[in-house]
Amino acid sequence: MTLALYVPRASVVHRLPAGVKLLALAALAVLLFARPTLTVAGAALLGTMAVGLGVARLPVAVLARQALAVRWWLAALFVVHALTTDVPTGTHTVLRLLTLVLAAAVVTATTRVTEMTAVVQRICGPLRLVGVRPERVGLAITMALRFIPVLIERADRIRAAQAARGGSPRGVRALRTTVAPLLVQVLQMAHDVSEALDARGADDVPVRRSRRV
Amino acid sequence: MDRAREETDVKTRDLAYIALFAAITAVLGTLPAIAVGPVPITAQTLGVMLAGSVLGARRGFLAVLLFLVLVAVGLPLLSGGRGGLAPFAGASAGYLFSWPVAAFVIGWLTERSWHRYTVLRGTLINVVGGIVVIYAVGVPVLKAVAGLAWDDALWTGAAVFIPGDLVKAFVAAAIADVVRRSYPVIERPRRAAATR
Repeated sequence: MTLALYVPRASVVHRLPAGVKLLALAALAVLLFARPTLTVAGAALLGTMAVGLGVARLPVAVLARQALAVRWWLAALFVVHALTTDVPTGTHTVLRLLTLVLAAAVVTATTRVTEMTAVVQRICGPLRLVGVRPERVGLAITMALRFIPVLIERADRIRAAQAARGGSPRGVRALRTTVAPLLVQVLQMAHDVSEALDARGADDVPVRRSRRV
Repeated sequence: MDRAREETDVKTRDLAYIALFAAITAVLGTLPAIAVGPVPITAQTLGVMLAGSVLGARRGFLAVLLFLVLVAVGLPLLSGGRGGLAPFAGASAGYLFSWPVAAFVIGWLTERSWHRYTVLRGTLINVVGGIVVIYAVGVPVLKAVAGLAWDDALWTGAAVFIPGDLVKAFVAAAIADVVRRSYPVIERPRRAAATR
């Protein structure tokens, strides 16, 4: 199971710090909504494509996939606008959304998941004040990533076992005989994992917690 | 100090549960969408409802939030293999942001009816949190981002999904009811208070 939308390339865009790219994306969003004109939206779209395909040398398919994912949304949006307001408004609304979707896809495709996770941890830094520990956020992310394949495997195993016994129950019965027991099973697994982590010191709090108001 | 830690910190066990339900929501996104009518129904909001009704308000909220973080950092976990920052920029971004709130509301209501939880009651809770809350946030954002009129936004952004959502509300409640009896994760305030 390949789990990432990252596309490795040696480009300036790839080397930019993740935080800078995220700020640029936010700035683009602000610009597009503050200046809702066809020229701005069109220029931003061309600029985004130039950065993504030209500078970062991403395959067209990467951007096309994200654009295709929203095609029905955009089409419906355009039709509704064309019918209720007017065609230019529809065009620039669609262009604006498409630009944002593509720009976000460029950031995602040029930034490693680990870098993004690091940004998330950094953003969580100030949350220390309300009792959040960034390293725990990192631990939760890691655990979730590990659980995904485990869940798929367990579900497959149950399905295979039921097939071997001559077909799986369907409808409401399946909920009680299959899904709920599976959920209980994985809850137990999560509990075991947490005990193993605690036994290895995951629950240790750095001793400088004088800040309890 | 230990007391203080219990109050402010998420315990490792809770962290594991949170991670688990983030993963469950992700896996539900890989299920094939059921085509009922013109709009496919995906199982992903089932994960949101389950997170709230099994884990309760706080942990359910964090689980769905964690799921969104995983999506945002670049994993294709949304149904149809979408992921990264792009979905948060689209017209349906409001729905995504409403999910943690929905899980919180469902969890809060579930905690309050923990001793009287039935599949019917659970279904109603899931309808309030999983349908009312999600569309209360999702539709206005859709309207604003897409510049639609109210009736258009309501029709394209809510009405077509509601039959599927009702099914999911029931399914989540049925599962949560079994889990509640065999492996309760939400603490029972009354008994905990009595034994302490």
